[in-house]
Amino acid sequence: MDFLAKIEELRYRSAYFLWVGVFFIGVFAVIGTLYYATAKIDYSWHWFDVPKYFVNQERIDIKADMEGVVEAINGKGKNAVVIVKSDDGSKSYPMAQAEEIWVYKGDFIAPGKVLGVYHKWQPGILLQGMWLTLKVSMYAIVFGILIGMLGGIARISKNPALKWSAITYVEIVRGSPLLVQIFIWYFVLATLVNQLLLRYGFSEIDALYYGVAALATFTGAYVTEIVRAGIQSIHRGQTEAARSLGMTGPQAMFYIILPQAMRRILPPLAGQFISLIKDSSLLGMIAIRELTKATREAITISLSPYEFWFTCAILYLVLTFTLSMVVQYMERKMAIQ
Amino acid sequence: MIEVTDVHKTFFVPHKVKALVGVSTQIAAGEVVVVIGPSGSGKSTFLRCLNHLEAADSGHILIDGIDILDRKTNINKVRAEVGMVFQSFNLFPHKTVLENITLAQKVVRKRSTAAALEKADYLLKKVGIHDKANAYPDNLSGGQQQRVAIARALAMDPKVMLFDEPTSALDPEMIGEVLDVMKTLAQEGMTMVVVTHEMGFAREVADRVIFMDEGAIVEVGTPEHFFKNPTHDRTKLFLSQIL
Ligand SMILES: Nc1ncnc2c1ncn2[C@@H]1O[C@H](COP(=O)(O)OP(=O)(O)OP(=O)(O)O)[C@@H](O)[C@H]1O
Ligand SMILES: [Mg+2]
Repeated sequence: MDFLAKIEELRYRSAYFLWVGVFFIGVFAVIGTLYYATAKIDYSWHWFDVPKYFVNQERIDIKADMEGVVEAINGKGKNAVVIVKSDDGSKSYPMAQAEEIWVYKGDFIAPGKVLGVYHKWQPGILLQGMWLTLKVSMYAIVFGILIGMLGGIARISKNPALKWSAITYVEIVRGSPLLVQIFIWYFVLATLVNQLLLRYGFSEIDALYYGVAALATFTGAYVTEIVRAGIQSIHRGQTEAARSLGMTGPQAMFYIILPQAMRRILPPLAGQFISLIKDSSLLGMIAIRELTKATREAITISLSPYEFWFTCAILYLVLTFTLSMVVQYMERKMAIQ
Repeated sequence: MIEVTDVHKTFFVPHKVKALVGVSTQIAAGEVVVVIGPSGSGKSTFLRCLNHLEAADSGHILIDGIDILDRKTNINKVRAEVGMVFQSFNLFPHKTVLENITLAQKVVRKRSTAAALEKADYLLKKVGIHDKANAYPDNLSGGQQQRVAIARALAMDPKVMLFDEPTSALDPEMIGEVLDVMKTLAQEGMTMVVVTHEMGFAREVADRVIFMDEGAIVEVGTPEHFFKNPTHDRTKLFLSQIL
């Protein structure tokens, strides 16, 4: 009996590992096929080109801004100073940061001549794009939450002005493509507002902010519906208990309803914000250099589209995965209460 | 203390229901009134009109001399003086027992945390669940939750307490502990309006019993009157079904 059970168990385990094996074979088959196909069309992979689009070393030149002769090079290493003498007197160029000095004593110097160089690490185009995507998404999330909270409360208000405004807003925003809305913000509203600003002597607002506004109003509409559903899911008895104690409507909302609704709002909210991060890729269409646009620029320079599109997808995955981790952590925190 | 004159209330959603049709009564300070009647007779609606959870369509409702149907009345002030206990407890599940009792004291009565805690402490001892102060409502039995709900209402120092079937959602073995708390309250002179099917409680504690049917008060009298020789046929029928 015991023996039979063991065999059964073993059979079950081996079957399990067999199917795990099938999974990995499937994954490798897909990757292999893709690679084989690219080899057929003679695509040459250059994965080693990718890292420098994350961070790279830029050469910084220390240049002369006068004509003359190198009179002396004093000191060594960090203390090195190149002294250039001209008819109007002499000037010293400190070489504190320089890794190499490119001139010798007695060299003739023209303005713009490189005296020394050093290298500086700087974020590459992909990292900049990712940072911008993150920044834009965060702004849009914060404003989206604000809009959504107010919208959700207005949506369930008895006041028809508030309620109908909320309904109209939600329906309009949800009923048209985000790309069209981004174009309206950029080509209509931005032009209008910026021209007015210029006319009255103010400076223009950067395209970035119109992009953020487009994303925030878009997300806000969905958050409005999520908040409304969350609030309405709280039993009416909660409001009644709060009001019967003498709390005002807003007090009942703030102390009793919203904290409870929050727990139910959080999971769909997380989904919404993950969509937002992905949707921010559309901002590339209005010259905002977020991750997708940055990827396209990197491809124009490197001529390696396959590597960069895959990299781009993975970077989005990193962002969305991190966000969903943060939200899961918050959910667990709230559940413990 | 409470003066109700010719109150009407009709619901239109989901369909037209005349819940109250010309209800008038007076309840004196310190009086304990038990409201009985068949399901759908308007008992809850009557009670909820008293603290304006439902707005009566017409008539007058004076609480301690204040007309709560007057648009100029600050209803939140009146509600703080009128405690309400619900059939389904309606405790705040995201707050501990202690927070349930202190929140409105701080927010509505503007008491300091120390004063609110002191009050909560006293009331929890009074309703006999002092050891559960830091528990969350979901971890309490029904009887314990209802006693917390009573303490929460009492914390506002109300002049009147309204109870809407406070023991109907309880397992039989827990009904006694809640009724005991209510009896103590009654003995201390609290003005109480209680909707209940607990005839024992009515007999023992009530100063007056009101029988409602189809949105109107059909018969009013002392418990002895009701249980010995009710006058109306409908009252007799109802009592014969329930006793
Ligand atoms: N919010 C509401 N909307 C619509 N109709 C309602 C509402 N509240 C009560 N009613 C209706 O009004 C009538 C009286 O209801 P009420 O709850 O006051 O009766 P009740 O005497 O408390 O009954 P029960 O013993 O079942 O609690 C019923 O027909 C009920 O369906
Ligand atoms: Mg009822």
